Formats: sequence, structure tokens, C-alpha cells
Amino acid sequence: MMIFLVNLAQILLMILAAPMAVGIVKKMKARLQNRQGAGISQPYRDLSKLFGKELLLAENASWIFRAAPYIVFTSTVLAASVVPVIVVDSPFSWTADVIALAGFLAIGTFFTALAGMDVGTAFGGMGASREMTFAALAEPALLMSIFVLSVSAQSTNLSVMIHHILEAGLLLKPSIAFALIAMLMVSIVENGRIPVDNPGTHLEVTMIHEAMLLEYSGRHLALIEWATQIKLVLFATLIFDLFFPWGISGTVAVSALLIALGLWVFKLIVFFVLLVIMETGLAKMRLFEVPQFLSTAFFLALLGMFMHYILEVGAQ
Amino acid sequence: MSSELLQQIITMGAALMLLISFALLSQKRMLSLLHWFALQGIVLAAVTALVGYTSDNTELYISATITLMLKGVLLPWVLWKIIRQMHVHREVEPLVNIPMTMLIAAALVVFSYQVTLPIEHLSHLITRNTIAVAMANVLLGMLMMITRKKAITQVIGFLAIENSLFFAGVGATYGMPLVAELGVAFDVLIASVVFGLFFYHIRDTFESLDLNKMEK
Repeated sequence: MMIFLVNLAQILLMILAAPMAVGIVKKMKARLQNRQGAGISQPYRDLSKLFGKELLLAENASWIFRAAPYIVFTSTVLAASVVPVIVVDSPFSWTADVIALAGFLAIGTFFTALAGMDVGTAFGGMGASREMTFAALAEPALLMSIFVLSVSAQSTNLSVMIHHILEAGLLLKPSIAFALIAMLMVSIVENGRIPVDNPGTHLEVTMIHEAMLLEYSGRHLALIEWATQIKLVLFATLIFDLFFPWGISGTVAVSALLIALGLWVFKLIVFFVLLVIMETGLAKMRLFEVPQFLSTAFFLALLGMFMHYILEVGAQ
Repeated sequence: MSSELLQQIITMGAALMLLISFALLSQKRMLSLLHWFALQGIVLAAVTALVGYTSDNTELYISATITLMLKGVLLPWVLWKIIRQMHVHREVEPLVNIPMTMLIAAALVVFSYQVTLPIEHLSHLITRNTIAVAMANVLLGMLMMITRKKAITQVIGFLAIENSLFFAGVGATYGMPLVAELGVAFDVLIASVVFGLFFYHIRDTFESLDLNKMEK
């Protein structure tokens, strides 16, 4: 019973804390750029404002355009429910599969792109075509970097993988280092952060994700924005689970859960500080360089896989 | 330090060697190519010194020092001088496009792993796992030599092969005898001088370093 409640709590935690996390990122970024910035609860106020606003639909919007925000939000929440946040085992841990996770994320991307094309504006179509190009390259890199860990754990189940990593302890493994770098590169692309896409703009010729959402308003826009915020926390949590799972609780004891929660928040803050420094320091890369960026990520993950077989399996 | 940790560090060095070989293949600019080449020399020297420490072999310290001076500093600097003086085009010109080259390179890594597997079973050194990486590095260096148009990039490919052979020697048998190593180091030095002279002659005769023009 307890484990059900804890699991529900960790899913709700991720969904409800996501806007705050994005608020923290925005605030840190503003301070680093010598701006005052909005308060960290601003994303909640934005969301509640958007939920209260009138819904405007384009004249030729079909049911896909209306259904897409709900599908995107649901698939993101489902993906979030797969990833362990503070407790490793869950009654549904047999569903916590990384391939299913990648599938949920792909559904969201697919429907965002469809909705972008549905109303037939130039920006929507352009954004959709770019998003699909990059998604097609990002997904193999994402899966390949996760598989590097899967082959040593001999499972694609997240809970089993985390247990395996916790048991193995801290090892200096080149394969895992390569997989981590590949994973970080993919998460930048998947979340549309700065070297690839700018999350803070609606008026750029090079925008990708925002271009597909230009026609959305009211609660539709709120749902999509919220899903985007969840996705950022989701990727951060996935990276912690796979590469730095230390501190995550194996039991439902209250003290262990509190420690796990505290460490999760700490890891998130560290991750966001690094993200903000990177976003402030780097200029956006040219759009045509993104496929090269992603193929580098893929080859790093592939090298990680080779390293696992050549240098690590052979050593035993 | 425990031998467990040393082995992990040497493994990491081997992984870096392979990463650098891939990076050399994927570079588009001459200058970054030279940076990666210099880094390869430095990593090679570090791995050699580590293996020397593990096996209590003082001769390896000497060859690590020579490697660092020669391949980490001197050769990249000489090549950079040549590029500057001859006004070589800054971009690397590959014959096969880069993603395709990378895929071929990935296939070569699998091939060399398969080929060296029986050799690894014969060895008992803690560096035995690096043999496959060294072999893959040699093949990647050859791939670089045959897929580039410019004489300079081909020479970098050649020097990368030399680095990998040295790495293979360190990994397979804890290094060659010091006399052989000094000889090879001297050979590479002389070879780089000869290459430099050839670059000038090729350019004087054909007005370009593009080797395709020599065939006409």
C-alpha cells in the first residue's frame, strides 16, 4: 500500500515541481546575465493565467490540432511515471522500460509536429520538418547511450539497471563516460536548449520547438508548456538514475525517502547550474550543424558500446 | 595505487586513444586536426608512463618523455609551421564524406576486435585488452590516409599509425626494447623532415598539395 502511495507521490512531485524547476533555471540565467529576472514561481502564474484564458482556434484547425495538447501532456506524464525519482522499486516497475520511455517521448514529439503542420502556417510546417529531422537522429543516439548501460545490467528495465549500477559501485568506466556525454548532448536537443534551439523566443527564423506552437493559445498552450517543463525535469532525472543513482531509496522508509528527495533536489540544482552556465556561455549553432552534433552523440554512444565489449567485458 | 585502479586508468587511456582516432577522422579544419593529433601524442605519453609505473619498467619513462616531446609538441608544431608557410587551404578535403567515413571506421573497430580476440587470450598482462584498440587505431590511421586528398592530412594519418603501433607495443609487450624505440623515434623525426621537403617539392612542381593533380 505504502509503495503505491510513494510512487504516486513521486509522479506528482515530478509533475508539480517541473514549473518551479524551469522558474529556477530562468531566474539563475537572468542573474548570470545581470538581469533581475522573474520570481521562481512565475511559471505557475503563467500556467494559471493561460488556463483561464479564452481558447482561440485557427479557422482550419482539425481535431488533430485540438487533441494534440492532451496527447502530448498525457504521453509526457506517462513517460515521467516510468522514471524512478526517489524510490527504485515500484509495483509497476516491470513497465519501467527505457524503450517504452523513448516511445512515449516519441509520441509527444510526433503529435507536436502533426499539430504544427495541421493549421498550415509557414512557421508550423517549418518547425515540424526541423523537429522531425532532429528527432529521427536524436532517438538512435538516446537509445544507444542507454543500451550501453543496459548491456552491462542485461536488462532494459530502469529499476533493474539502477540496482545493477548501485551494486557495481563507483567505477572508472570509459563506456559509461562516453554514454553520459552522448546522453547530455541528446538531452540538449530533445529539450531544445540553447546551442540547438532557444526556449526563450517566439520570433526567430531558426526556432524549432516554438515554431510549432505559434497557433496555440489558452489551455492548449498551457498543457504543452507544462509538458515541456516536465520533459526537462524528466531528462535530468533519467540522467541521474542512469549515471548518478547514489542516494535513491531502495525502501519506503521515511528517512531514506527524505534523503533521496534531498539528494534529488541537490542533483537537480547542480544540473541546472551547469545548464545555465552552458546556455549563457554558448552561442546558438547553425541549424545545419545540428545533424552533425547529433551524429557525434551517436558515435560517442557507439564508441561507448565498443569500449564495453573490448575493454570491459574482456577484462573479467 | 591498487592494480585495479591502475587498470581502470589504463583502460580509460585506451578509450581516449580510440576517441581521438575517431575525432581525427571527423575533423573538418586543419588546425583542430593538429590539436587532436598533439593530444594523441600526449595521451600516448601518459599511458606509456602509467604502464611503466605498473610494470616497474624505467625504460618506459624514457620513451614516454621522448613521445611527449616529439609527438605531443615538436611534430604538431612543425606541421603547423608548414601549413602556415605554404598557405594550405584551411579545410580538410575528404574523398568520402565524413559520416560515411565514421561508419566505415566503426566497422573497422568491430573487425579488429574480432581479429585480436585470440591474441588477447594468449596474454596475461593487465594491458591485454588494449591490443584490439591499438589495432583499430592502426586501421583508422590507414583509413585516414586513403580517404584524404591533401598530402599533409595523409602525413598526419601516417604519424597516427606510428602512434598506434607504439601503443600496440606498449599494450602487448610493455614496450619494445629502448634501442628499437630510440631508432623509431629518430626515424619519425627524419621522416617528418623528409615530408617537409617533399611538400615543398610537390608544391613547386604541381602548384598544389592536392595529390589528385599528380596523377594527371
